[in-house]
Amino acid sequence: MKARVTVTLKNGVLDPQGKAIEGALQSLGVDGIGSVRQGKVFDIELNTTDKAKAEASLKAACEKLLANTVIENYKIDLI
Amino acid sequence: MKSAVIVFPGTNRDGDAVRALKSVGSQVEKVWHAETALPSGTDLVVLGGGFSYGDYLRCGAIAGRAPIMDAVRAHAARGGLVLGICNGFQILCESGLLPGILMRNANLKFICHRQFLKVERNDTAFTKAYAKGQAIDVCVAHGEGNYTADGETLKRIEGEGLVAFRYSDAHGHVTPDANRNGSMNSIAGIYSDKLNVLGMMPHPENLIEDLIGGTDGRGLFESLMTFTAKAA
Repeated sequence: MKARVTVTLKNGVLDPQGKAIEGALQSLGVDGIGSVRQGKVFDIELNTTDKAKAEASLKAACEKLLANTVIENYKIDLI
Repeated sequence: MKSAVIVFPGTNRDGDAVRALKSVGSQVEKVWHAETALPSGTDLVVLGGGFSYGDYLRCGAIAGRAPIMDAVRAHAARGGLVLGICNGFQILCESGLLPGILMRNANLKFICHRQFLKVERNDTAFTKAYAKGQAIDVCVAHGEGNYTADGETLKRIEGEGLVAFRYSDAHGHVTPDANRNGSMNSIAGIYSDKLNVLGMMPHPENLIEDLIGGTDGRGLFESLMTFTAKAA
């Protein structure tokens, strides 16, 4: 079983990297970009076929390490 | 005083911390991150600067969960002293020993320069050798030193007097210009609730000898020596 975990900054947390990317896109003349926020994606292979077990492991992974919940949210998608 | 300087893969300021501690007369032992216990009788744990685990994932994130950190948390819970400098501060935040997080500098630049800090209080184990409100001249060198916490946490830190140092000018005035990394409330260092854990972005261990440009950092290590001598 595979999963994709997406970690994004919470609303209201300043994201200077996203801002810099936003500025770069504007200077490249890419139209229609309102704003950019940068996040992280983790593609994870699981050693189980039990969906509930997989979800529990992924939640633990997110809470313990992948996301810092002071500033970040996470989303788990089983693929 | 018996000090333990923790070494993670990518820590590169452990030698300077050892030197500063020895210069004030502390016994010092380096401890590898994979250890699960601190040397017996450890008074002070120091997490030095550097780039533990190459800053992978988030600065200090992986080091904050290394095997030795359980022992460091237990030491802190017993009231033991812990000092985190630069990457060490990031590790303390990631390990849950201090609130908040150090984000990318607001101007996106790695900053590396001499920096004055205002000493917020001088009644802690770390700052007795300074005067309250004194501006001390030390160094900063970091890309992620932008102290950030949610509104409630910030209010609590301020309300309980847990701010240790703020970025200031040479006269101890906390000005926007002095706050080069964009930290909330110009925070350069904070204490834990019981004031026995200090995390700070600037490097006091850089300024301990006239030969290398100043001695304002020495007071912090001298304070710790005095404090532990009294406690013993």
